[in-house]
Order: sequence, then C-alpha cells, then structure tokens
Amino acid sequence: MEFGPGESQRLFDDALRGALAGRVTPESRRAAAAAGGDAALWQALCELGLAGVLVPEAQGGSGLGMMDAALAAEALGHAAASTPFLGSGVMAPLALRLLGGAAQQEEFLPRLVAGEMRVAIAFAALTGTTGTCDLRLRGERLSGRVTGALDAADATHLMVALPGGEALALLAADAPGVALVPRRSVDRLRPLADLAFESAPVAILPGDARRVLDAARVALAAETLGAAQSMLDGAVAYAGQRRQFGRPIASFQAVKHACAEMAAALEPCRALVWYAAHAQDAPEPEARMLAAQAKAHLDEVGREVARGATEVYGGMGFTELLGLPFWFKRIMANRQLLGGPERCRDDAALAQGMS
Amino acid sequence: MDLTLSDRHRALQAGLRDFIARHGHRSPPVGGGGGRVRPDRRVLDWQALLIEHGLAARAVPRQYGGYGADPDVLDAAIITEAFNRAGLSPGIQGQGIRMLVPTLLEVGTEAQRRRWIGPTIRGETIWCQGYSEPESGSDLASLRTHARVEDGHFVINGQKIWTSSAHYADMMFLLCRTEPEAPKHEGISYILLSMDTPGIEVRPLPTMTGHATFNEVFFTEARVPVENVVLGRGKGWQVANVTLKHERMLLGDASKLMHRVHRLRALLERVEVDGVALIRRPQWRERFLRLQGEALAMKYHQMRLLGEAAKGEEPGLGVLIVKYVGTVLAWKLTALAVDALGDAGLPYEPHDDVGEDDEATGWYADHMYDLGLIIGGGSSNIQKNIIAERGLGMPREPRVGTS
Repeated sequence: MEFGPGESQRLFDDALRGALAGRVTPESRRAAAAAGGDAALWQALCELGLAGVLVPEAQGGSGLGMMDAALAAEALGHAAASTPFLGSGVMAPLALRLLGGAAQQEEFLPRLVAGEMRVAIAFAALTGTTGTCDLRLRGERLSGRVTGALDAADATHLMVALPGGEALALLAADAPGVALVPRRSVDRLRPLADLAFESAPVAILPGDARRVLDAARVALAAETLGAAQSMLDGAVAYAGQRRQFGRPIASFQAVKHACAEMAAALEPCRALVWYAAHAQDAPEPEARMLAAQAKAHLDEVGREVARGATEVYGGMGFTELLGLPFWFKRIMANRQLLGGPERCRDDAALAQGMS
Repeated sequence: MDLTLSDRHRALQAGLRDFIARHGHRSPPVGGGGGRVRPDRRVLDWQALLIEHGLAARAVPRQYGGYGADPDVLDAAIITEAFNRAGLSPGIQGQGIRMLVPTLLEVGTEAQRRRWIGPTIRGETIWCQGYSEPESGSDLASLRTHARVEDGHFVINGQKIWTSSAHYADMMFLLCRTEPEAPKHEGISYILLSMDTPGIEVRPLPTMTGHATFNEVFFTEARVPVENVVLGRGKGWQVANVTLKHERMLLGDASKLMHRVHRLRALLERVEVDGVALIRRPQWRERFLRLQGEALAMKYHQMRLLGEAAKGEEPGLGVLIVKYVGTVLAWKLTALAVDALGDAGLPYEPHDDVGEDDEATGWYADHMYDLGLIIGGGSSNIQKNIIAERGLGMPREPRVGTS
C-alpha cells in the first residue's frame, strides 16, 4: 500500500519542477502576462511529455492517470507558470479518450502530445456561469455565444460543452462562422476568450462530459494547492529574514500563529487532492463528489492562504516588486473557474443524493 | 497511489467481518465524552474478548498479557475502521491503555512492565494522569508539586488539576519535582502511585458539561516507594514527552470525525422546520458540505500519515497539525448539530452514565466536551507554536526569565 505518489511519479515531479525552476522566472512571468501566454514554455514542457500524461501510449502519450496530472498541475501552480495544461493537457485529451471515437483519437491525440494542437475550453454550459451561455446545435452546426473560454491563447481548436452535458463539440479555431474575442483575465497568465458561432461546423463527442469537468476540477484544486504552498513557503522564508523591533518577525507569535494556521489548513489538502485524483481513474462511485469537494475546499483554503501569506510580507506583498500577485491572482481566478465553491458544493450535494 | 492491501491485511479484514458477525452483539454501547465511569462487567468481558482476538492491545507483547502481533499501523487502522463502521465499542480507551502502556513499553523497567501492563490493558487497573497544576498549564515544566526522598520513599506534597477519572482511578502517573536544584526540565520525575496512598485527596471539579469527569488532586506527605519512578530521577520530562506523543495521536482520530459527519447528515435529514427537512434548505446544506469537505481532507490526510508511518518515515508537519485541526473540526461539527437541534434541543439532562438518554443532551455534551479537548493535551495556541517551530522551522519566542 502506498498513499500518495509512487517512486516514478516522484521522479517525474522532480524533473518537471526542475524544468520549471529553470524556465519560469519573474521576467518570464511578466513577459507572459503582457503577451497573454508563453508559447516557448509550453513547447518545452511538451518535449518533457507533459501534454501526453493522459494520452494512451498508442497515440504517443505516456498513458498515465489523473494522479499524475494532478501532481503536474500542482507543480505548475507552485511555479505560477503560464501554460495551457488545463485545457490541452487535461480536458482535451481526457475528452477524446472518454468520449472520442477511434478516428478522432488517432487524428487529434498525437497532435496534442506534440503541442501542435492547443484547445480552448468553453464549459459554461455545465458550470453555472454568471456570463453568457446561449448555444444551439443543429445537426453538426453550432450557433450562439459562450463567454469565459479557458486557455484561448494560441488555441488551434475549441472544445465546447453543450447544454445538458450529454456531448462536447470540437472544432477548429479558424473554422468558418467562429469569432474569438480575447479577454485579459485578472490572472494575466491564464487569458480567457468569448466565443461566438454562426452555424459553425463541429464534430460531436457524445457521452458524459461531466467526467471531464470532474477531472478538470481536481486539476484546478491541485494547481491552487501548489500556488498556496508556494505562497506559504515564501511567507515563512520572508518572515525569517525580515527584521523589526530588533528580531526576525518570524519570532513573533502573531506571525507564527498565522503561518501555523495556514499550514494546518493547507497540509491536509494534499491528501484530499491526491485521493480525489485517484478516484477519477478508478473511477469510484464517490469520484464526482470528491472532485467537487476538493475544488470547493481548495478554493476556500487557497483564498485564506493567499491573503494570510500576503499579509506576512506586509506592503511588499501588495506591490508587484516580488511578483507575489501572480500567485495571489492565480488562486483568486481559479476559485471562479469551472464553478466556484458554492456551485461545486451544489454539485457535491447532488452527487451524494441530496436534492 | 496504490491502495491495494496485502494478503495479510485482507485476511485481517475477513477475520474482522467474521468476529463482528459472531460477537458484535456482545459490544457495550459506544459512549462519548471520555471515560466517565469505571468499566463494568460487560466492558471488561468485551475487552478480554478483543485482546484474545488481537483486536485490542494487539502489539503489546504476550509476556505482558497482550496479543503479541508485530506493531503495524495499517492493522490498527483497519481494526478502527471496521469497529467504527459497525458501531461497536473499540474497547477501553483510557489514559492507562493509550498513554501509560506505550510509555512503559518504551522506557519502563522489566518489573514495571510485568506489574502494570497486564492489569491495565484488561481494564482492571484504571489510571489517571497527574500533569497539570493550577500554576502550570501550558508551561507544564514549571510544575511545583514536589517530593523529597526519605527512607526509600518519595514524600509528595502539592496539587494537580484537570485530572480526568481521578475519582475512580486506581493509579496515577505523576510528574513532580524531585530535584529542586536542577534546571527546570531536569528536576522532574515520572512516578507511578496508588490512589489509595494515604495523603491523597480527590475533589471533583464540576465542568460545563455537568459530568464529573475532572478533579483536583491534593498531596499531603503522600509516601511512594522510590522504585516507582520511571526511567530514573530527573528524567520525568523525557518520559512525559513519550506520553504526550501518544496523546497527540489519540486526540485526532479521523474515522471518529467521519462517523460524526454521517450522524450529522442523518440529523439534518431528520430535523424539520415548517415541514421541510434542514438538509433540503440551502443554508444548512451549505454549512454541512463545507464541514464535510474539511473532514474529507482529514480522512485522507490520516491515510497519508498511516502510509508514511508504515514505511517508517519520520513524522513531520503532517502529524503536528492533527491535534489542532482535528479537535477544532470536531467542535465545528457538533456546533452545526446543536444549531440544527435549535430551540427544541435546549432541554439538557446529563447523567454520569456512558450514554445519554436523549440525542440533544448527547450532542450538547459532546459539543462542550470538544471544547475541553481543544484546550486539553496542549491547547490550540500551544499547538500553533509547535506547528510553527517544529513544523515550519520558525524561531522560538525569546524567553523571559528562564529558570
């Protein structure tokens, strides 16, 4: 029995974190924020195999599971990296694997692994959006509008959840009848887009699209976990160096207790995320409830850690000098993506027979 | 992530299913709120049956009256889980069994182990813990109860407080100052003594629960043979840290939390206001789901810690947070329960038996007792110091007047 990552997962995690440490720097984040993405970083990570984690070996991937994807998401969150991993490394491959036909898998999965195909994801039909989701499918033609598509920077394709959750639509970003309006998000490292369709031709992937949503929620929870852990580690280190009243502020009980509370809230989240990820692969009867609860719980804990850690830095945390707002905003935006905590808890209630 | 169990662990599960089917009906009722009364015949018989089948005192060696299995954290977790799920009593959980026995196994003499472990695990000898004093709570090492040595005896004077079960305990493990000249932490000894010793007076200390679980214990020239010291004079602080380590694990049992989550959901499904069950009302459902999320995190966190312990990894931050998080969460769960009970839950008639007659009194007693657990065994504020200093490596507060 081994609860948590196994030996090979730890090795991949080390390799990924090493690659990120070398490539994701304060300057690269600022550049990505200004440009709306970091295409070179994603290409490098694809060479490391990141886009193929969930892709079967037959299509050039490594045929791993959500536990591996969650560990990768955690590392990306820890680095506050700007990547389309959520859409192109988790949701698109999983959707093709679970709902796609053999021909679609053969056509698209190898291109995802290579990083040639990047997929913007519009799941508002399933997540209780406060924006617009007005989609109509006639035959294999999609019309209407949907806001808040994820990972739209450099997207070559679009994947759109259809009302009812019984199917996904997949189409090329440059297909006729598609309009994509980029939106800069509060998290500049994860740009969004609003989409409009005018009888655009789509391929239909039939099946339970909510399984893709469940997995994506686990990935977002893992990413928030990594980002919050990074903020807490940074705050503890900063408190050890920053001196006031003749001693490090880390020696003041007020600061220590604030950090202890953050650690106490965050540490158990790791096992929750791991288990929720594992449950997606099995899949367990509780998989949907766990995914929703993991997302909701990390949304709550993440917000508290983001605030508390920034407070430890004092005024420096509020400025952009140390780059702290990148993590703060990642956590802040993740909370709203794919259903905020209230929506996730509603879904968790439904999944366990409370209605 | 590999959650498959070994053949041996699966055999243990099968054995548990068989045991529960055959003997489950002999379990005494499961009580909350700490040991309030001396175990009766039924409890003692159940305990004997559990030991015989290796379901209590499992890793206590045979020569001391235990079952003699190799220590295995997964075994313990599998047993706890099966008993919780079946609603059966896990056997006697007093401070003697959970704290003194592991301590004697670790640092006791052969004679002490042979004399005390057997009767303690069988529930024949009940122990209380003589640690806290009116002036020494969180700063336990400042304790003042003292003993001089005279004719091969410690002669003890002083006062202890918050002593659970002292009103019916047979024995006490006591921290007292025997080396007045030594530095604070090096002048303390850990002494085993009979509660029948002349010069000991126990006064019950009423608490907010209405149960007589706490006491004050006064020592006036109480004489105890010097061979009752554990590990040697002046080594008491070291021994106490062995004991406290066991207490920290005792206070954060995640399967107990999940059991409480299930009971809470049942309560919210049953209680109706204006003809609508609370679980169907968004405010109540939201509160329940938030706590369920926290409890799930602790459930899997415990599995993670078990896995790490099974591999022999050194416990770190993950273990240090368990007491703080677990006790506060337990309290929040009962807080939702008493809110759900509402005004009709206010009639409160506690009695000193193990269970309560009515559900509302049970939830209220647990709710108040949970606050005691937040405070006892190292209060939450002290836990946060420990988490920050030992878990996160932050510096200690500068000390004022170290003695």
